[in-house]
Amino acid sequence: MTNNKRFGIIFYALFVLLPIYWLINMSFKSNEEILGTFSLWPQQFTLANYQVIFTDPSWYNGYLNSVYYVVLNSIITLVVALPAAYAFSRYKFIGDKHLFFWLLSNRMAPPAVFLLPFFQLYSSVGLFDTHIAVALAHCLFSVPLAVWILEGFMSAVPREIDETAYIDGYSFPHFFIRIFLPLISSGIGVTVFFSFMFSWVELLLARTLTSVDAKPIAAIMTRTIGASGVDWGVLAAAGVLTIIPGILVIYFVRNHVAKGFALGRV
Amino acid sequence: MNWMAWTLPTAVFFSTIGSILVIMTIFEIKRPCTERKGFLPIPTTRGDRLFIGLLSSAFIHLIVIGFTPLSIWIALTCSILWLLTLLKWG
Amino acid sequence: MNKVQNNKAWFLVLPVFLLVAFSAIVPLMTVVNYSVQDIFDQNNAYFVGVEWYKEILNDPRLQDSLARQFMFSFTVLLIEVPLGIAVALMMPTRGWTASLTLIVLALPLLIPWNVVGTIWQIFARGDIGLLGYVINALGIDYNYTNNPIDAWATVLLMDVWHWTSLIALLCYSGLRAIPDAYYQAARIDRASSWSIFKFIQLPKLKGVLIIGILLRFMDSFMIYTEPFVLTGGGPGNSTTFLSQTLTKMAIGQFDIGPAAAFSIIYFLIVLLVSWLFFTTITHLDKDKTKEQSYD
Repeated sequence: MTNNKRFGIIFYALFVLLPIYWLINMSFKSNEEILGTFSLWPQQFTLANYQVIFTDPSWYNGYLNSVYYVVLNSIITLVVALPAAYAFSRYKFIGDKHLFFWLLSNRMAPPAVFLLPFFQLYSSVGLFDTHIAVALAHCLFSVPLAVWILEGFMSAVPREIDETAYIDGYSFPHFFIRIFLPLISSGIGVTVFFSFMFSWVELLLARTLTSVDAKPIAAIMTRTIGASGVDWGVLAAAGVLTIIPGILVIYFVRNHVAKGFALGRV
Repeated sequence: MNWMAWTLPTAVFFSTIGSILVIMTIFEIKRPCTERKGFLPIPTTRGDRLFIGLLSSAFIHLIVIGFTPLSIWIALTCSILWLLTLLKWG
Repeated sequence: MNKVQNNKAWFLVLPVFLLVAFSAIVPLMTVVNYSVQDIFDQNNAYFVGVEWYKEILNDPRLQDSLARQFMFSFTVLLIEVPLGIAVALMMPTRGWTASLTLIVLALPLLIPWNVVGTIWQIFARGDIGLLGYVINALGIDYNYTNNPIDAWATVLLMDVWHWTSLIALLCYSGLRAIPDAYYQAARIDRASSWSIFKFIQLPKLKGVLIIGILLRFMDSFMIYTEPFVLTGGGPGNSTTFLSQTLTKMAIGQFDIGPAAAFSIIYFLIVLLVSWLFFTTITHLDKDKTKEQSYD
């Protein structure tokens, strides 16, 4: 039984890792080798593809742009979602259920639907091609989910804790930051994971809302398809580099994942 | 606001929706309603019924416009009647 | 939990409301406005009423991609949900292997969508990709760029690779929340592993599965980037889903009016299906808790 399990999970992990390994493999090969010979590992190991990326500012600025708006998005999301989730978990108020569903319905809206008006809207308020524009646009999708997740965690914290804190003479902000937030730290970890996940991986909106100054790395990658065909090596190297921030984020939240992904709902 | 390309019909449409929401909110403050069971398979509040009514009205319009030669005014009349029925007995 | 009636809570919700309203309501109104006009440029727009809706609803492009979209979304749900549960049941529970499995499983979730497309584009190619090369070497004629069935299989496999982890991670943390006492009781009763799964594990997973299924449905219904990079919607239109049809229309051909009408219809369909999902599931949930409280 346990052996079957171990075999199964190793098999699945291989299935996950193999395509990624192949990308890494490609990134250390030259284009002649990629197209010329088929081999399971690089025959002539080269760092040239990475060199292209690290020496060209338009490439590495793409990374900085992406990181910038992703961090901005996560911060905005947390700051607005925390009080709202608290309200939903603790109080009944007029239209609460409908407001909640309306928020979620935005998460359901396909980004493609908002493409044109977003472009127009952000151009008209002078935010086109800025990091804040992309961060705000991504908020439309990350905030509803954040509220939903945090609400689950906060509902799992008993009301008595709030009341005891007030009786002990804590003010609301003091209670919220000092006592309440540490209780839902797993929830915050997972919320950051989800908003990072959405903002980092999204391409359609980020590409539409930027042209030069805030262009994300994902959009720059399309450049490798030139007149002479695809530059596979550089494309693979750029792809490998986009995986690294993800690994860092998982590493930091890994202890929260087991508890946090239950989203306070079991 | 030029880029939003407003037209009279859409302006009327959105003001109607907006005023329905305002009226419902005032009504709710004056006389809070409780969940009840009508002919719909699930217990609903007034707001739920309004949402169901509006969403189904949208689909009534789409069906009439897309697949029948009937005029849009017939769809509108049907929708209003359906919405009222739903609010009263749903 | 019994909540307190307090309308001042609106002040806490206000920032979220304003933020989302700014980027949702204004664009949505704009889309509706566009959908009833024939737009040439900023100053040349003519009111055409419901003409675009009529045209789009009878457009085979919309009908075909809608059918493909439903087929795709339900297929991925059918594969990913059981597979995700199975993976979650197999995951080690403690020690360094547990952390390692978590990190490996979460990897595909954090790779940009176009890179996911790129990975599979390379991986599945017959000439330079491992998968394509091996399949061809086995004597099976496989080419996702000109065989629709191969293209579908590749897109499905890619989506399974990409998103099964989400279901697995949700279920994994759901399983961790089950107290050991339950398992001990089951052992005393000599319950089979199937009945442990059915009566202890599955009921506990319901909460997280609801979220998982809803998220997977919504996301698979708006899938754009990965198939766009992998197959470009081809061969022919065989893997062109709703978002891609829409984007092609809005940006490629710049048909703003029809594209806007398309957007509204698309949004209404997603709203309807998600609402049905959401209500059915939450009401099933409520009935259950009611039954339990009667005991």
